[in-house]
Amino acid sequence: MAPILIPLGGGLLSFIFYRKGFSISLLASIVGISLRTDGPSLLMLLMTGVTSITITLYAAGYFSFRIASPSKPGRHERQLQFFWPLWMILLGSLNGLFLAGDIFNIYVTLELIGLSAVALSALSAKPSSQIAAFRYLLVSLLGSLSYLLGIAFLYKTYALLDLDMLRLVPPMKGAHTAFALMSVGLMLKTALFPMHFWLPPAHANALAPVSAILSALVVKASFYLLFRFWFDIFNDLVTPGALFVIGLLGTGAVFWGSIQALRQHRMKLLIAYSTVAQLGYLFIAFPLTQIQEKLYWLPVICMAMGHGFAKTAMFMASGAIFLHVKHDRINELTGVRAYLPVTVFAYTIAGVNLMGLPPSGGFIAKWMLIYAAFEMHKWWWGIVIMLGSLLAAAYVYRVVSKLYVMPPDTIIIEKKAHSMLLEWPPLFLAILSLILGILAPYMVSILLLSKKLVSIGGIM
Amino acid sequence: MITTLIYSVTGIALFCMGFTALILCSHLLRKILAINFMASGVFLLLITTAYSPDPALLDPVPQAMVLTGIVVSVSTTALALVLACRVQETTGSAVFKRLLPFRKNKGQKD
Repeated sequence: MAPILIPLGGGLLSFIFYRKGFSISLLASIVGISLRTDGPSLLMLLMTGVTSITITLYAAGYFSFRIASPSKPGRHERQLQFFWPLWMILLGSLNGLFLAGDIFNIYVTLELIGLSAVALSALSAKPSSQIAAFRYLLVSLLGSLSYLLGIAFLYKTYALLDLDMLRLVPPMKGAHTAFALMSVGLMLKTALFPMHFWLPPAHANALAPVSAILSALVVKASFYLLFRFWFDIFNDLVTPGALFVIGLLGTGAVFWGSIQALRQHRMKLLIAYSTVAQLGYLFIAFPLTQIQEKLYWLPVICMAMGHGFAKTAMFMASGAIFLHVKHDRINELTGVRAYLPVTVFAYTIAGVNLMGLPPSGGFIAKWMLIYAAFEMHKWWWGIVIMLGSLLAAAYVYRVVSKLYVMPPDTIIIEKKAHSMLLEWPPLFLAILSLILGILAPYMVSILLLSKKLVSIGGIM
Repeated sequence: MITTLIYSVTGIALFCMGFTALILCSHLLRKILAINFMASGVFLLLITTAYSPDPALLDPVPQAMVLTGIVVSVSTTALALVLACRVQETTGSAVFKRLLPFRKNKGQKD
């Protein structure tokens, strides 16, 4: 019960704060642990809350199905026993990261996220997943150490840790090094091309609910920080050249990720590579962001939310298919729709978001980015986004066509009894990602709240 | 001044040495050690920012940060060691190069 109540309570609390424009400031402390929220972080919290509730429900169904038909006696009970505490730690630290008010607390929450995510991805007993988890751990540690080195430089320069105060300081000599180190660390954690090599094996070899968590939430956390640092806090240090390079890396990610996704034989690897590609769009948004506009967060938040919902739905659907068919080789998935119609439908709708068809969240984000690209006379980014969507359509259809087509000699296996929890959560999230475009006005009104900062301060 | 400079430069040198070893060494245990080296380098750099010639003016914030960092580093090392043991148990090898055949799986097994 607790796993459902905690995210629910968290979401409720953030909304109470949102409605009242709450502001607690115990101590205007320079040294202390402070929690803050504003528009973007509220939206990220909301995304985390919604996704985590559905993942929790799905995981309950997933594990009960596996325990009922175990591949090895006792294995799934053990996985279940470790899954819940790790997932709750991860969820708590994700919320902590979106609320953290100073760069050192962000480091601590990043480490907590990394550790629990690695432990979760190692839950599956396959040797390949253990190796992938180890690589993931090394990369995650490398990223956070680079970030910590950045903090050391930053503290040497300004003797400040608080985000709000760092926003006001003038650019100084050491700050560039610090900024570069922190950015590289976070990019490594966000799996920006060409630092994405660890992501596909780690995400594809994990258990289905874990893959959903890693792909939807964990990479978004470090991306959110990166965007916040680049445009909210250290914007004085950002140069057009740096933005161009980031956009170029994002382009690389879109093409490389999509082409690799097209070449995969396994459904989960295809979805994992599509994560690499979709993260690329988030970075193409960097050169197209104009901070003089009030809503410069909207495209990335739309993209992140849409991708988070859709990717969770896809991994959940692939997990449900895997449980029935016992493999996830794409070429042998013909006729799955005959016995898993809801799951296949959820997968398809989630694919619509990845392609960026209206009225999905992906469509709104891509539309705004393309619009900005032509308005700013940087049309080449717009073309990259369009080509990327075309490639996305290709790899989505590659699976969907197999799922729907029924050659005459298809063997239709009998549908195994399973709980509703395996079918409906992915469909719910897929539909949410589809109507996100219609919900965009509400997102705008939450984003515009940024003036009323909520903050709770305390002494370390 | 010169003391803090020596410490800072040593810290950065440790970080770079650790980074090189992390990339070049293939054994899992060496990789874990390399990460620990890097962490020590960062802590050394961080703790020198607390220095002040007047003992009354020592900055407590970096000390608190380094303490937290050490706690984090101990727990990450523990997790890394457990994972390395599991890799060794399941595959019979703890050298990254020899793990290559295990990285791929055909998508049939659990």
